[in-house]
Amino acid sequence: MVGQFAADLNLLAARNQMAVSLGFHIILACLGIGFPLITLIAHWRGLRTGDSHYLELARRWAKTMAVLFAVGAVSGTILSFEMGILWPGLMGPFGDVIGLPFTLEGVSFFMEAIFIGIYLYGWKRLPARVHFLSLFPIVLAGIAGSFFILSVNSWMNAPAGFAIVNGDVVDVDPWAAMFNDATAVQYLHMLLAAYMVSGFLVAGVYAYAWLRGRRDRHHYLGFLIPFVVAALAAPVQIVVGDTAARRLIDAQPAKFAAMELITEGGSNVPLTVGGLLIDSEVVGAIEIPGLASLIGTRSIDGELPGLDQISQDELPPVNIVHWSFQIMVGLGTLLLLLSLYFGFHWWRRRALPERRAFWWASSGAGLAAVVAMEAGWITTEVGRQPWIVWQLVRTEDAVTAANGVVWSLLAIVVVYLGLTAATIVALRRISAGMRTGGEVATPYGPPPEVER
Amino acid sequence: MTLANAIAGIIWLGISAYAVFGGADFGGGIWDLLAGGPDLGRRPRALIERAIGPVWEANHVWLIFVLVYLWTAFPEPFVSIATTLWIPFTLAALGIIFRGSGFAFRKWANTVERQRVYGAMFAGASAMTPFFFGAVAGAVASGRVPLGNAVGDPLTSWINPTSLLGGVMAVVACAYLAAVLLTREAVLDDMPDLVEYFRVRSLISGVLAGLLAGGGIFVLAADAPSLFNGLTSPRGVALIATSALAGLSSLWLLLTRRYLAARPAAAVAIMAVLWGWGAGQYPWVLEDTASIEDYVASDPVLWAMIVAFGFATLLVVPSLIWLFRLTQTRSLGDGEIRKDSTEALMRDSHEQA
Repeated sequence: MVGQFAADLNLLAARNQMAVSLGFHIILACLGIGFPLITLIAHWRGLRTGDSHYLELARRWAKTMAVLFAVGAVSGTILSFEMGILWPGLMGPFGDVIGLPFTLEGVSFFMEAIFIGIYLYGWKRLPARVHFLSLFPIVLAGIAGSFFILSVNSWMNAPAGFAIVNGDVVDVDPWAAMFNDATAVQYLHMLLAAYMVSGFLVAGVYAYAWLRGRRDRHHYLGFLIPFVVAALAAPVQIVVGDTAARRLIDAQPAKFAAMELITEGGSNVPLTVGGLLIDSEVVGAIEIPGLASLIGTRSIDGELPGLDQISQDELPPVNIVHWSFQIMVGLGTLLLLLSLYFGFHWWRRRALPERRAFWWASSGAGLAAVVAMEAGWITTEVGRQPWIVWQLVRTEDAVTAANGVVWSLLAIVVVYLGLTAATIVALRRISAGMRTGGEVATPYGPPPEVER
Repeated sequence: MTLANAIAGIIWLGISAYAVFGGADFGGGIWDLLAGGPDLGRRPRALIERAIGPVWEANHVWLIFVLVYLWTAFPEPFVSIATTLWIPFTLAALGIIFRGSGFAFRKWANTVERQRVYGAMFAGASAMTPFFFGAVAGAVASGRVPLGNAVGDPLTSWINPTSLLGGVMAVVACAYLAAVLLTREAVLDDMPDLVEYFRVRSLISGVLAGLLAGGGIFVLAADAPSLFNGLTSPRGVALIATSALAGLSSLWLLLTRRYLAARPAAAVAIMAVLWGWGAGQYPWVLEDTASIEDYVASDPVLWAMIVAFGFATLLVVPSLIWLFRLTQTRSLGDGEIRKDSTEALMRDSHEQA
């Protein structure tokens, strides 16, 4: 009995350690993908127009990126350790199947790390053209790297590129594994999320400044560039998200049924907004007749899977999946409305909106995008349970047999709390330094004057 | 040359690259730790920071490369290593986090006290992380990692003479490499006092590394007889001899103040030790437990990894060479502002505004 308790505790600790380290890192990963693009746009406009405000923005954003890339790199490294430390039952049988995308992702990391070093340190002593061009590999590496890593998570949902014969994994085809059925849609969904998180977070800083009366050209551009990036991504994201969800109807019905909290499968399924599943009964929900079928299959008569069609031992934690899904969709929709409002206003007036409500909403849009993104990850990861590899390997069978994972979980939680606090403090100091107009040194960069 | 051996060779190249580039990085942190108080250590710390700044992130991607190739080509041995040795791995990972973030945050600390805390974090972690990696290497090399999910002892697998030797050697090797490189950096920055400062330290750490390597043979004979036997093979002896020769050359080059040439000599000395370990352990992935041929992934996987390696080489190697060239010609960082630089453009348009 003690043995079982220890094993359960280990599994719980391993799950939560992975969740904490992934949930933290993914925010930095979004910024690693989106922030260089935003900076590239500003830098490019600066060179084209000769307006130094653009280049000022780019330089200040570069200093912020320096901190974010550092924290992102270290929090990402630990994830590759944890794959092996925590989940031998995944990496042992399937490490060779999913190794290729990890390798190619590593190439992306190399390119990002090399060229961010060149961009951050090249302001004074590189030809301007070379300096500007160094941004392109970073942006491209972000686009490529996210493809590769998302293909791995997609594979966990839609395993491909191998066969199981007598319990052995054979006929491994790493390319088929990488280009599995879920890769395209999961990748696009995450890429757009990265641009939305980055765009709304950066724009939010300037939106808040706008509210506090800082409305010079610098803040105007500082808001406009990232906000437009995010606002362009938002409507596309709704379409991609819809496609991603509908794929699940046939591919992962248990996940879909949990997301939509559908207790009885069939046609003419109502949309269940909110509510909780308690003792197999939906409590406290708002039901809109037929809407789930309509959204999911474009027809009220469309068939949707229900929790009643899933065996008990293959059910994910339904309430968590349902609420995280709807939080994501709700926030995503609000962000879409914000983007559409801005777009409409810009189309009519070619100016930034005046309404304080818009600026308050824009100030919070970054946080909303982050919450939506995390909620999305919770939906897909928790929704895949009890499987770590869909219908092949259970999470409980993949976990390490070592005792004491609860201690590494504790260490990670404490360290990451400190890391979060320190990152926020550092970012605030950077922006404070920028406000006072002083020339501040790049984090871990050379001091302003070379000491002789 | 079989496909499996080729992949093992690639992995060993990756370990070598990490040892040299990441190791120099860690070593910089170690000298930062040992630089003394805020006043005494100010100049060495500034030099180290300037040297590491543009390259530290790139230097540590080699680690990811090694891990990924390991778990792709030898998945079962990999998870055996990761689960049995989860404690030193986790500590190394935490060290990496402390190191990178300490380095990044130190600049933004608004009091000297806080700068010292972050600095200590960065520097202390720079000393600890290579120790844990060395301990892991020692564990694998001495056959203390059985196959399976956390089958080995979680403590004695990495707390033993060979692991201790591996850990200490890793730390000293990192310090040695960094000191050699920093002499050259000080030359480039025209700081003769720091040239002498790091020259002395490179000699001390170089001699220490040599003594450890020499004495380590006896430790291995007693604690890791299987590996020791492998080391006495013709290949093993050749590599040990190469290391000794390169190491002695580097010391001579340092003594005669040829800092540029000392760098490759030091790097070869370190790499020869690593390849000696590889030769000694060959043909085992896990000493006496899992051979390369038996536990390697299937051919399609290995071919995919070779294609990926080729692709990586085409993209990454020229880029890395360019990055290092830029640092060595002082084209990155501070200095006289080029007339056609971005900074110059900004100042011009400010003046016009």
